Amino acid sequence: MRDTEAPAVVSGSRGDDGDPGQPPARDAAKSDGRSRRAERKNRQQRTGNRGVPYLFLAPWFAGLFLITIGPMTASAFLSFTDYSLLAAPEWSGLDNYERMVDDPRFYTSLKVTFLYVGISVPLQLAFALGLALILDRGIRGLSFYRSAFYLPSLLGSSVAIAVLWRQMFGTNGLVNQALAFLGVENAPGWVSDPDTALGTIILLNVWTFGAPMVIFLAGLRQIPHSYYEAAALDGAGRYRKFLSITLPLLSPIIFFNLVLQTINAFQSFTQAFVVSGGTGGPADSTLFYTLYLYQRGFGNFDMGYASALAWVLLMIVAALTAINFLASRFWVFYGDD
Amino acid sequence: METTETAVAPRKQSRGRPRILAHTGLIIFGLLMLYPLIWMLSSSFKPTPEIFSQPGLLSENYTARNYGEGWTALNQPFTRYLLNSAIVVGGSVIGNLVACSLAAYAFARLEFRFKKMWFAIMLGSIMLPIHVVIVPQYIMFSEIGWLNTYWPLIVPKLLATDAFFVFLMVQFIRALPRELDEAALIDGCGHFGIFWRVIIPLSMPAIATTAIFTFIWTWNDFFQQLIFLTDPEMYTVPVALRTFVDATSQTPWGPVFAMSIVSLAPVFGFFLAGQRYLVRGIATTGLK
Repeated sequence: MRDTEAPAVVSGSRGDDGDPGQPPARDAAKSDGRSRRAERKNRQQRTGNRGVPYLFLAPWFAGLFLITIGPMTASAFLSFTDYSLLAAPEWSGLDNYERMVDDPRFYTSLKVTFLYVGISVPLQLAFALGLALILDRGIRGLSFYRSAFYLPSLLGSSVAIAVLWRQMFGTNGLVNQALAFLGVENAPGWVSDPDTALGTIILLNVWTFGAPMVIFLAGLRQIPHSYYEAAALDGAGRYRKFLSITLPLLSPIIFFNLVLQTINAFQSFTQAFVVSGGTGGPADSTLFYTLYLYQRGFGNFDMGYASALAWVLLMIVAALTAINFLASRFWVFYGDD
Repeated sequence: METTETAVAPRKQSRGRPRILAHTGLIIFGLLMLYPLIWMLSSSFKPTPEIFSQPGLLSENYTARNYGEGWTALNQPFTRYLLNSAIVVGGSVIGNLVACSLAAYAFARLEFRFKKMWFAIMLGSIMLPIHVVIVPQYIMFSEIGWLNTYWPLIVPKLLATDAFFVFLMVQFIRALPRELDEAALIDGCGHFGIFWRVIIPLSMPAIATTAIFTFIWTWNDFFQQLIFLTDPEMYTVPVALRTFVDATSQTPWGPVFAMSIVSLAPVFGFFLAGQRYLVRGIATTGLK
């Protein structure tokens, strides 16, 4: 969404920045002489201030090269080396990537992460959209509900909430106490059972549906009321209106949320780290990709391998985003085409 | 939850019983969602054994002891961790405000070479996973002796690497009328004058949004703080909290919950104070 809209505005060739500084010229505005003078003045100003934009951009440029592009390049280089911080990096060609092919934990981490993204993101967006639709019907106390549902999004990525989750879904945790209260005895320790541990973290991500919900709400606001009125006059029912008006007009926002949440979910780390105590256990069932990368890089100091893992992550995220964009042609509706 | 359909303006017609049903549903759902938080708050005032026997909120043995115990249970008093977090967060907020607004002004108002290309790069860097740069950054910062200092966490913000906020402010500044810049130019302002006297005062909502989000995200951030801070004296709140749970197999849940509440309190405070900006912030970056 932001990508599509943004460049259109930048490209505007507004050369009028340096318009007349000359006070006397103010009234003679329409004469030829004046426009030529303004032109000259304009050019003068532009040449005189050529460095100004770069002054404003200096911190950003420094950050781009020192903190982002430099390390990115270094990481690409390191991914072809064997490097443990102790000795200088040693060129090893495609070795790291070949090791990856034979690394069962690499596949496990991919599987865990894809499961996590594939289940939690659609669920999260479904809740977000559902609640947004309910709240958008002119309900009283909208801002109260919106805030209440949004709060988990702000707290969800914190260690404190992951800690809480670990207790809640433990053998004697809140969930099992509540289940016992309802008569279900001997429920499993959800975070210590390899079959359910990932599920608890998926639930944590779904719990943070508030942020996409707020975006959906803002999007729903922009759908003109008259569309619904016209449809109603034509005899459209609730579902018809939802399918023919709400969904198509909201599709760019659904798409935006999908891309954003997919990218975010793919990089989740804290929840799995805290819930599993940094191991990715039980039995690697919560070994998120980023957690595995952390273990290799900062547990074993296998920096070459960690860099290779990081580049594969970048490729996957880029590919997923590209697929999303390509697929969006078939279901996202951008108005006038 | 169903509303009665009438031919005209159906959205305004829902009344009476369906209304009450919708509210009841929403309130039950909301309570269910927030219950874990409320329960954690109440449990932080209960003796640890009771945390594992009482799914309810009330207790006859409410006590503030967990807070006292939790505060001093780790290597350093919790004050130290709060202070570390405050420094990192404070530096990050200042860094993001200054650097991102400067860059945003250039992108929104000035002409320079390859502007479109730089803008595209800036947008692209929003989506760049931190993991791709973290290993070389770690090596770089350890070479210059910055591990276990605040710098690796603050300096990148001073250099506008949180491009998300550059984008947010660009969008905001573009919406401001250019006539104001021109008027300031006539009055003899240079670009820095326009930036400081016109754009910044008018961009307060975007600046508030940036400040609040930077605060919350940096306060919650764990990955980078875990990597760059390994000395217990330098631990920030999340890193310290995590050692609390891992240090022993028998986690002292009462004190852990108490300190978790302490760690969430500032975020909650900002949430209450800045709701307006938060909601508007996500809505505008998503849509505008």
